[in-house]
Amino acid sequence: MIHTEEMIRLTINGQPHHFETLTNVTQLIEHLELQGKRIAIERNGEIVPRSQFSEQFLADGDQLEVVVAVGGG
Amino acid sequence: MDQLIIAGKAYSSRLLVGTGKYKDFTETRMAIEASGAQIITVAIRRTNIGQHANEPSLLEAVPPSQYTLLPNTAGCYTVEDAVRTLRLARELLDGHSLVKLEVLGDPETLFPNMVETIKAAEILVKEDFQVMVYTSDDPIIARQLEEIGCVAVMPLASLIGSGMGILNPWNLQIIIDNAKIPVLVDAGVGTASDAAIAMELGCDGVLMNTAIAAAQNPVLMATAMRKAVEAGREAYLAGRMAKKLYSASPSSPVNGVIASTGIQATGGKG
Repeated sequence: MIHTEEMIRLTINGQPHHFETLTNVTQLIEHLELQGKRIAIERNGEIVPRSQFSEQFLADGDQLEVVVAVGGG
Repeated sequence: MDQLIIAGKAYSSRLLVGTGKYKDFTETRMAIEASGAQIITVAIRRTNIGQHANEPSLLEAVPPSQYTLLPNTAGCYTVEDAVRTLRLARELLDGHSLVKLEVLGDPETLFPNMVETIKAAEILVKEDFQVMVYTSDDPIIARQLEEIGCVAVMPLASLIGSGMGILNPWNLQIIIDNAKIPVLVDAGVGTASDAAIAMELGCDGVLMNTAIAAAQNPVLMATAMRKAVEAGREAYLAGRMAKKLYSASPSSPVNGVIASTGIQATGGKG
């Protein structure tokens, strides 16, 4: 795989992902086909508020957690 | 009107239920409706990336507009994981701050690690979470959790998912007698009588999941639990009669019993 200047490597929910065109969290959500879903995102241990999805720019090496509500007791 | 007040909000139902272990979301929804519960626990988990993009979501079956959702930290074994999970939950649920904290200490028994639970509770209370906390049935720990600022203490009746019922009513009684915040039995209830006993002891509520979800007929069990919690609460409020270990006391008149033998009967039951 060719590593260009723009390529970023993200760890999402513990799994490695490579992206070439991504810049912000909104684009990541679209790429993951999660738009419209009720999710919450943590980036490098910090919550990314929904209002900041298009302002938060992703960087190489970012660790992301993307969570949903599931059944539990 | 007899209401359960948690963190300043009133609830008419004293039964809280989980959403795990149901066969599908339809069964989840039907059981929860039958239970009459208003506070519903949910877990927070990593979403499946790139899979099942259109699978139904739990929050469509139990919409936050209809229920008070109580996100939990089930499966968390460290302070950090529990706190991060609830920060994510608050973001997920639009700033909703009522949460269920549990920090586990052992994967076999799912016993809570109370040292870590206390540390996590301190952080969460400082961050303005309203913390309902799962705890062992130690009255001193329960008191400390109240002092930290938790809004409810939730001692186990027996191990999570065990259905073993209330194994130490005496400890629960001490916790109930001393707490100024609501005390809810969380974990261990197996059937309706367990829930009724918890409420008769004076618990403010009961939280359960497996007892309903793992019943042969979960929807019917949910109805039974609703009635049991209501019956136990009413019995508690009514104030039970004193127990008399050695002296029977007839309900019917002692005098006027027909007697052919000349032996004076002493009434009898009924």
